[in-house]
Amino acid sequence: MMEVSASSVSLREFGCEQTLLSRPDGSASFVQGDTSVMAGVYGPAEVKVSKEIYDRATLEVLIQPKVGLPGVRERSQEQCVRETCEAALLLSLHPRSSLTLILQVLHDDGSLLGCCLNAACMALMDAGLSMSCLFCGVSCAITADGRIITDPTAAQEKESRALMTFAIDSTERRVIMSSTKGSFSVHELQQCIAVSQKASEKIFHFYRDSVRRRYSKNL
Amino acid sequence: MKDTPLSNCERDFLIKAIEEKKRLDGRQTYDYRKIKITFGTDYGCCFVDLGQTRVVAQVSCELVAPKESRPSEGIMFFNIELSPMASPAFEQGRQSELSVKLNRQLERCLRNSKCIDTESLCVVSGEKVWQVRVDVHTLNNDGNLMDAASIAAIAALSHFRRPDVGIQGEEVTVFSPEERDPIPLSIYHMPISISFAFFQQGTFLLVDPCEREERVMDGLLMIAMNKHREICSIQSSGGIMLLKEQVMRCSKIASVKVSEITELINKALFNDRTARKAGRKCGFAESLPQERITALKTDQSEVEMTDVSERASDIIQKAEAPPPMAASPVLPAPGVGQVGHGLQNTWGLEEDEEQEEESSGEEEEIKMEEEQREKDKTTEAVVEISDSEEEEVVILYPETTKKPKNAGSSSDQKGAAASKKRQKK
Repeated sequence: MMEVSASSVSLREFGCEQTLLSRPDGSASFVQGDTSVMAGVYGPAEVKVSKEIYDRATLEVLIQPKVGLPGVRERSQEQCVRETCEAALLLSLHPRSSLTLILQVLHDDGSLLGCCLNAACMALMDAGLSMSCLFCGVSCAITADGRIITDPTAAQEKESRALMTFAIDSTERRVIMSSTKGSFSVHELQQCIAVSQKASEKIFHFYRDSVRRRYSKNL
Repeated sequence: MKDTPLSNCERDFLIKAIEEKKRLDGRQTYDYRKIKITFGTDYGCCFVDLGQTRVVAQVSCELVAPKESRPSEGIMFFNIELSPMASPAFEQGRQSELSVKLNRQLERCLRNSKCIDTESLCVVSGEKVWQVRVDVHTLNNDGNLMDAASIAAIAALSHFRRPDVGIQGEEVTVFSPEERDPIPLSIYHMPISISFAFFQQGTFLLVDPCEREERVMDGLLMIAMNKHREICSIQSSGGIMLLKEQVMRCSKIASVKVSEITELINKALFNDRTARKAGRKCGFAESLPQERITALKTDQSEVEMTDVSERASDIIQKAEAPPPMAASPVLPAPGVGQVGHGLQNTWGLEEDEEQEEESSGEEEEIKMEEEQREKDKTTEAVVEISDSEEEEVVILYPETTKKPKNAGSSSDQKGAAASKKRQKK
């Protein structure tokens, strides 16, 4: 039976800025420690006929790496983000239209997928799209000696035995998406989910604070 | 997604304003928008804000084999990525006319002006050189992408440090930043591109056009210059005829602008260097504005972990036991697998057996017949040369006629089975 030491379970300082780009309908940058991602949302807008879906909006997610062209890794991350967004967004409100979410990686220092999810949610919020719930991304790493680290840095990720990222919804703290790497037991998985659900409360609290600040009259 | 077109009213309004020497954002004719240069946590990462236009440049390097024509020179590679984030009109992974134009201009501005000492990038002549790659990503297009990209690219190149290498005989070692301090590139001068927009067939001129102005302009002149007033490249597009005086005036304006911007880049580089030396935090996270209503930052926060272990074990205990493993598959006969509920296949098994019994007599007859036919065939084959495999064997080794017979008998069985089916029908 492994124990979770309290010291390793913390979230790095995080920050967010919304509406920082003038062209997209919604934009946000999310910073977790040194990891930072910028997101832009266009839509609902005109859709290509080949991509049109008659009863809901087509969501397209693009992840741009900092160096080089998008590859297989980006494709798989795009899919994770797209499926999470599709679960949260009320796409049937905008039939036969397109939504485009572009994520630009600005710096990768671990928990990149989690940061992408958070930036995506903030950008969708900024674009004013209707969602059934908010979502956040939490990454957990299990070290070789069985400790759980939330929000790992790139160095911690490299040394870890397993790496998991969960997307968690804001209403019932349920897992929308999970992406895992490495080997772990069922017990460890459940523990990581429980930790992520705890951590998600912090992030949702941050979302609430930032929205409250945005619609406040003074700083 | 298509770009929103500009209406005729807006077009007329913009042109009329320009004729009255007024600009939408209140600038004067020769004014640049506000430039902000920030550096990322990595070496060689630079963000440039030119008004609302935003670009990010990242420099990276790797060891490659040099070009055969220039064995002792490093390779420079430039890429401007028009990300769909910058404008809905930009499409992912498609080389548009604009992206080709921008890439070409950046190459002429930075590579062909020989502002970077490529010979210092050589590690082993003819075998290993550094390839320096500059990726410029557009984040927001509010006009004048070229100037922003050229500032970002040259600032990122000046900020970049490549890993140190050691050569011992044939062996090349690349040292990590912890082992040896990385080395900056040697840069001779900093060419910066300045854009001029022309309206009404060159009557009116504006510096640093914004996106709306770019849409109504007739022609564009881009001059790349360094602070020593040397022109590195000059390009006119849009098909307007310019007078000699106009070009001269533009180059004069450019020289002023370039010296201002170069100073700004040097100041930004100096600030970053001192911040890094003092061990202060630098990078994008630090550049988040504090006094803005749309931005918020939190400190590092602990996650409460009191009941996590218990909850996890709880969930596992409550979870349904995995379904019992399926019993080992039933083997009604050797070489036959069965999947499904019943142990025995109840579908017409007995019938089959009956049929088998019935047909067994006939089968033998057929076999005989078939064999006979085969034999006929083989004897025929000796006479006629055809391309069947069996027949070839017969021709080459007439004494081993038994062999094809055996092979034939196996095919006989197949034939018999086939004929049996035919009979069933």
